[in-house]
Amino acid sequence: MLDQERLHLRAAFFQTVRLFFQEQGFLEVDTPIRQPLLIPEQNITPVPSVDHFLQSSPELYMKRLLAGGSDKIFQLCHCFRYGERGRLHLEEFVMLEWYRQDCDYSHLMRDCKELICFLESRLSPWHFPVSLRGPWQKMTVHEAFLKYCSMTPEQALEQDRFDLLLVEKVEPELGVDIPAFLCDYPLELASLARPKPEDPDVAERFELYVAGVELANGFSELTDPLVQRSRFEEEYAQMDTEPERGKKMPELFLKDLEKIESAAGIAMGLDRLFMLICGGNSLSEVVTFSPDDLDM
Amino acid sequence: MFSASDLRKGLKIQIDGQPYIITHFEFSKPGKGQSLYRCKMRNMITGNQFSQTYRSNEKFEKPALEERKMQYLYNQGDEYHFMDTENYEQTFITKEQLGDNVYFLQDNMELDVLFFDEKPIDVTLPIFVNLVVTVAEPWAKGDTSGNDTKPVTVETGYVLQVPPFVVEGDKIQIDTRTGDYVTRVKE
Repeated sequence: MLDQERLHLRAAFFQTVRLFFQEQGFLEVDTPIRQPLLIPEQNITPVPSVDHFLQSSPELYMKRLLAGGSDKIFQLCHCFRYGERGRLHLEEFVMLEWYRQDCDYSHLMRDCKELICFLESRLSPWHFPVSLRGPWQKMTVHEAFLKYCSMTPEQALEQDRFDLLLVEKVEPELGVDIPAFLCDYPLELASLARPKPEDPDVAERFELYVAGVELANGFSELTDPLVQRSRFEEEYAQMDTEPERGKKMPELFLKDLEKIESAAGIAMGLDRLFMLICGGNSLSEVVTFSPDDLDM
Repeated sequence: MFSASDLRKGLKIQIDGQPYIITHFEFSKPGKGQSLYRCKMRNMITGNQFSQTYRSNEKFEKPALEERKMQYLYNQGDEYHFMDTENYEQTFITKEQLGDNVYFLQDNMELDVLFFDEKPIDVTLPIFVNLVVTVAEPWAKGDTSGNDTKPVTVETGYVLQVPPFVVEGDKIQIDTRTGDYVTRVKE
């Protein structure tokens, strides 16, 4: 359980995040935490809630709000992913998501920098492990794999070693002195992202890293409902261990997708960001109650 | 059987017929990626260390480990003989397997012996043992080296640093986890 000092800092942290988005003209929204269908995404094990599932992310509903006419929206919410437990993972965690209409992922990278600099100017104590001054590092997945693994991401995928190499060789090198954006992922690793117009083999997806810690995942949204449907079918096919009942095509979402011209959206792990601000080493140290604090 | 999601620090698993204990563990999962279970392990027989990263679908056998209460009897060359205090069965462990533990064994000492596949592989000693000092140089007055300890040898042949007041024939307490001097024991 957090001590009083950290509990107050955590409250100030959430308030400052909200203040930043309000000042930028974003609307704070809330969407259903219990969802009847799964987000078609392999590698996420859902937490069932009777005949629904607890959200692994609010993204489908946030995008439907864009289709409904929202321009800039954000949300702070708890998300749930079964079996994820470690220094940087909790089964229940706080996510920040924000979405912009008529924008692409480069706007989101700018938002990330402005948000974290805003937090630095408002929060004290501030133990962030890297400097925020100067241009933040930007590296494509292709460049990073060549540099740290001496192979292309495509070769790593072929050998089924992409995730392994990313975790063991690439991530520890990212954001060591200054925050870093790893961007332009192979298309198959970005099921809801738009292909890059000048290089359609990669998707306009990026991750923000600070001191080797992955903080956020953002992309230019895929807005073609037909392509999205086939991507979802591929993802569902990979989700072999999941309960079948949640694996229905989200038709209302796909229908709404037609109404979005272009948009960009991002999810940021707020517990991780707060951990870095506190100078902490694991999420358990910075959440109000860690799993070990709960009566079992 | 264990699955990858059971892996954690301190868990004992069997790989290629050998028992391993996990000494470091970290769960990783890159954004949109697979769960990865990163382990550092020590072979419980050879002491060799190695690192390995596993994925969700891996399975591990549980090693057949058993701890038994035993009494140390005697040594014959490099063979150290122990007796099970419940069924009086005797077994021996080699000097090599015991490592530095041989220095702290005393006749009739009770301790825990770890068995793998019915073969003894390790012993857990009492935390403190009392041993008699057999060789101690007198404290050289005017020693300018600045050291406030001196080396002595105890009955088992073990050499350690002790305070200058310890003399030959004293009984001293030693912490078996570190091998360090704790105190002089009055009889």
